[in-house]
Amino acid sequence: MSVVEATPVVRKTALNAVHRQMGAKMVEFNGWDMPVEYPASIGGGIIAEHMAVRTGVGIFDVSHMGDIRLAGREALAAVQHISMNDAARLAVGQAQYSALLYPQGTFVDDVIVHRLGEDEYLLVINAGTREKDFNWVRDNTRQFDCKVENLSDDFTQIAIQGPKGVDLLQKLSDVDLSAVKFYWVTRGTVCGLKNILMGRTGYTAEDGFEIYIPPDEETSARVWHEILAAGKEFGVVPCGLGARNTLRLEGTLPLYGHEISDTINVWEAGLDRFCKMEKAEFIGRAALEKAKAEGVKKTLVGLEMVDRGIARDGYKVQDESGREIGYVTSGSPAPFLKKNIALAYVPPALAAIGTTVRVEIRGQGVKAQVVPTPFYKRPKKAAKS
Amino acid sequence: MSYPTDRKYTKEHEWITADGTIGITDHAQESLGDIVFVELPKVGTEITMGKAFGTVESVKAVSDLFAPVSGTVTAVNEALAIGPEQVNKDAHGAWMVKIKVKDPAEMNALLSAADYEKFVSEEAGH
Repeated sequence: MSVVEATPVVRKTALNAVHRQMGAKMVEFNGWDMPVEYPASIGGGIIAEHMAVRTGVGIFDVSHMGDIRLAGREALAAVQHISMNDAARLAVGQAQYSALLYPQGTFVDDVIVHRLGEDEYLLVINAGTREKDFNWVRDNTRQFDCKVENLSDDFTQIAIQGPKGVDLLQKLSDVDLSAVKFYWVTRGTVCGLKNILMGRTGYTAEDGFEIYIPPDEETSARVWHEILAAGKEFGVVPCGLGARNTLRLEGTLPLYGHEISDTINVWEAGLDRFCKMEKAEFIGRAALEKAKAEGVKKTLVGLEMVDRGIARDGYKVQDESGREIGYVTSGSPAPFLKKNIALAYVPPALAAIGTTVRVEIRGQGVKAQVVPTPFYKRPKKAAKS
Repeated sequence: MSYPTDRKYTKEHEWITADGTIGITDHAQESLGDIVFVELPKVGTEITMGKAFGTVESVKAVSDLFAPVSGTVTAVNEALAIGPEQVNKDAHGAWMVKIKVKDPAEMNALLSAADYEKFVSEEAGH
């Protein structure tokens, strides 16, 4: 008898061969073989990719993200039941940041809810939680007259991000993209492909679009290369997950498994403004009401290192006397801000802006300070004359 | 990449010259990516063959520096505190520390440039 070893299948996006061809450094991320950064010879490297997105434009393969479609007479009621934001406020073509919650008020995942039609919604979910999210949505919407479909493998998703992102995509599309507001979607031709969904969304704290194209390798590679070619004049750089993480951290955008998880509730994560308690019943609401009355024991804060050192995920946070008070959820050098920053959970009493804390780095308590978040906010564009 | 033959190498990707100057290899800087932080021991510190003596951090990762041989630190490249990216630009020039080697015989256990290059290409093949 032989023992068959369960080898975890590492999944690949349709652009996997393209990334390898371009010399990207590949890593496993949530079960996916993904580029972490591209070589310096083509303008890559985490810092260069990060700066390209802040000052010009960068493109990301985000096909590992999942997609769930809800359609039918009671699609809105279903979405309202399983998500914390108020989807009733969405016009057709509009999107919102939201989250799927457990009855305890903690996170199944954070999502972007797009209203694609009168009774049609698309939830864009995280790669690592695809199956869990789909099962959760399907199992908790059975009572509604609404079809739930997992479209996760139906798209190659490319994010075009940065102040030049719109100009770049405009070169390849027939739709007037300037008319599409932030967190709205449109459909149109991209690189000759008809009726392509384009959302003015992203995960970089910059302007830009995310496009959803057919998932076959040939089409995916063609569009990827056409975007890079069209973006030459803007200094476009292909970007990996390394820059995606530093960009979202500067923008203080939460990452599942770090700032939010099944043990952290909405109030602790500071996502109050996306949680509409005044709307009708939704999963997690009762627990959140109770949690609000009881008050939170920990709260998410932004830290900036004062002394030399880089806080990393999981490092302990101490008060000035060296007593352990919390932990870092994400920490990194911030390439654009040129500071070492972190997000951390600490007790509310030590969360005030200006509070001095210490981050334990290799046994040493290195001084840091609580600072306002987001660390980075993109400058408002001057009105076009 | 061709590795200079005037020095010896470790499987942890450090190099050391005969006079005790220590750095990390081009392969190491390449795998780390953008280096943003280097933490080195003070002059006078005793370091031990195979043990961590410092840290190098890229945007993404934290890595220990291992002593190729034992010795006492006689100089530290202070320029790396403000310009750690020097290591990315010129890994074989941007030294980290100089040591007074305790026992030159320990050098015999290290890899030659050719052996190190072979080791790196085999590692990449995995």
